[in-house]
Amino acid sequence: MLQRCEACGSFAYPAREACPSCLSAGLAFVDAPRQGVLLAETTARVPSDVYFRERAPWRIGLVKMDCGPTIVTHLHADCVEGAPVRMSFQLDKSGQAVAFAHPEGETPNMADDKQWREMTADPKFRRVLVTNGRSMIGQEAVAALKAAGAKTVFVGVAEPWRPFAGEQLLRGQDGIEIVTLDAADEKSAADLAADIGGKVDILVNTTEYVRPGGLLDRRGTSIARDEIDQAYLGFINLAQAFGPAMRMRGADGINNSAAWVNILSVHALANWPAFGAYSASQAACMSLSHCLRAELRPGGVRVMNLFTGPVDTEWFQTVPPPKVAPRAIAQAIVSGLRGGLEEMYVGDVAEEIRQRLGANPKALERELDR
Amino acid sequence: MTNTLRTPYDGVVIAAPVTIPYVRYSIESAQWWIGRALSTLVAQAGIKASDIDGLCVSSFTMGTDSGIGLTQHFGLCVRWLDTIPLGGASAIAGLRKAARAVQARDADIVACIAGDTNHVDSFRLTLENFSRFNQDAVYPYGAGGANASFALIARNYMRTFGVTREDVGRIAVAQRANALRNPHALMKTPLTMEQYLAARPISDPIHLFDCVMPCAGAEAFLVMRDETAASLGLTAARLLSTIERHNAFADDPIQVRGGWAMDIGELYAMAGVKPDDLDIVQTYDDYPVITMMQFEDLGFCNKGEGAEFVRQHDLTIDGDFPHNTSGGQLSAGQAGAAGAYLGLVEGLRQVLGTAGPTQVRNASLALASGFGMINYDRGLASGAAIFAGPSR
Repeated sequence: MLQRCEACGSFAYPAREACPSCLSAGLAFVDAPRQGVLLAETTARVPSDVYFRERAPWRIGLVKMDCGPTIVTHLHADCVEGAPVRMSFQLDKSGQAVAFAHPEGETPNMADDKQWREMTADPKFRRVLVTNGRSMIGQEAVAALKAAGAKTVFVGVAEPWRPFAGEQLLRGQDGIEIVTLDAADEKSAADLAADIGGKVDILVNTTEYVRPGGLLDRRGTSIARDEIDQAYLGFINLAQAFGPAMRMRGADGINNSAAWVNILSVHALANWPAFGAYSASQAACMSLSHCLRAELRPGGVRVMNLFTGPVDTEWFQTVPPPKVAPRAIAQAIVSGLRGGLEEMYVGDVAEEIRQRLGANPKALERELDR
Repeated sequence: MTNTLRTPYDGVVIAAPVTIPYVRYSIESAQWWIGRALSTLVAQAGIKASDIDGLCVSSFTMGTDSGIGLTQHFGLCVRWLDTIPLGGASAIAGLRKAARAVQARDADIVACIAGDTNHVDSFRLTLENFSRFNQDAVYPYGAGGANASFALIARNYMRTFGVTREDVGRIAVAQRANALRNPHALMKTPLTMEQYLAARPISDPIHLFDCVMPCAGAEAFLVMRDETAASLGLTAARLLSTIERHNAFADDPIQVRGGWAMDIGELYAMAGVKPDDLDIVQTYDDYPVITMMQFEDLGFCNKGEGAEFVRQHDLTIDGDFPHNTSGGQLSAGQAGAAGAYLGLVEGLRQVLGTAGPTQVRNASLALASGFGMINYDRGLASGAAIFAGPSR
């Protein structure tokens, strides 16, 4: 994304309020062509900032974009002076969008670059906790994270002595460890954190509690209370149990904590009356996730929210397609961590709601009531 | 030579060059350093503070103060006031404005002062908060500061024109030799080419002796009309010409020249001299490679010939091209905005014959240049002045 002048078409960088070619104030951020050439590079060996001092030497460069501007940028180790590069903006550990130059083509072990890994939360080599192994999403997430090179995947299961479908995929597998966790139970979360809290580099919160219904056709508050207990208070229990140690371990060498992932219904953003109370519990979780993001930021730990439409599981049986396959969510978790993203929308329903919220939120509210 | 329609600086003179000796770290404020410079100006010129009716100040570390706050702080009542935040171009810019003010009789005696303190963390804070573009688009990239930014420029320049570290090192080594004769220079030990080349890398290709040492200090001079100077019995230098330019060559993808190259014809035409006529040259040496660029852009050689130029000339006080005779910022120290003044003030002492141990024999015609404000990827501000001593 770069600013482009709506009047004369020139691209501008760094971000500004007036076009340097024609002085128009109409500078909109657009997807800009990503190609450029690395003009010059340097390796900062004695940075003045404590973050970079710890990570020095640190390589940066100046890239002339084919579309015009020159950009000071972080460099992938395989970028060469005078050669073409492909640019992207990444969120750094402080949550700031920064330019990153990649070599134009693929190179061996490209994702293992030291500076690139600072910009992302790639599960490769890392230890991950998936909080609910009884769910389809949880089981697919374990498989995807393992396939992506995670060193260890801890899988939370409440009352693990009770059999469950898919158990054989988790038990006795190399690098997969079943642990006792009922996120809705404060003591269970705290007990597990006391045991493995210092070993969780990425936490994937797959807590799921889906019940249909809104306000008037449900009697009382007992189901609503369950939704809040499981999803919202469960999130709080996990955050209080694991958050402090993760925040402290954001710079713990190569075994540092890196990210927290929430899987949320896209109806957290716009209430879906057919699952109205559930939507509200998801909205509460989303709001809380922004608080968690702010509180983990000082430690350089990212919070990624993955928004999904109805999933192809039993609690959405009555909902017609399109629905999201649990495997698609698992793959999105991995690609979001690899890209260092803060937000992802998985599936057609989620993407549609994202777009319609931007275009006309009142129309969306009205039309969700069908 | 270029014709110029600009009004000549007839009758404008510069007097009372003042340097408050630098220290590496100071517990005093910028206001303290500027106050010492003002006090010394008054004493050296034999005037009363109330004779000063114009004030021009530059500083990075005055906090929320600007020139107006200093008038009350120092008990000055002036009718002309400016605060110039142009970093390394502040001295030339201040001189230009003050010259026109006294010429037009908006003021009679303008005190131009730059001073900065250097607390233990003030350099990093200046870096972190330098400009909006810097905060957004430079500091988050390794926080290498000016060293990293100029490293990119230096690397491209050196590769493009086949310049070696040894070529660039000649400038730093010669300046250290000059500094050994300046009792106020912070660097007090000799620097050999071997030591220069063996220095530790800071941000390739910038190594330790390519970097200035941030410090505290102040520099100042007075600008007035020649009849004012005569009535005060002050010997003064005549201002012959100046240039100033900002954001030049914006389409160059990476900086290989400064704004001087746009205005160089006018600089010499207005002064009525040629580069060869100059007795001494004081460039803005935040990095020696920037000095090499100035040798080209100020007309001493063509673009790309800077390395050959420094191989062919002796840049020391007794050499054939006396340059940065006080040791420059590289060896005397960089006292924030006072770094902009250092060359101009030393040049004034030279043409007035008061430079003492660094005096170049029979120096009467000098050029001083300024360069500053790496707002994003390049230095934006450039300027230069030519002035002559009474013997010319």
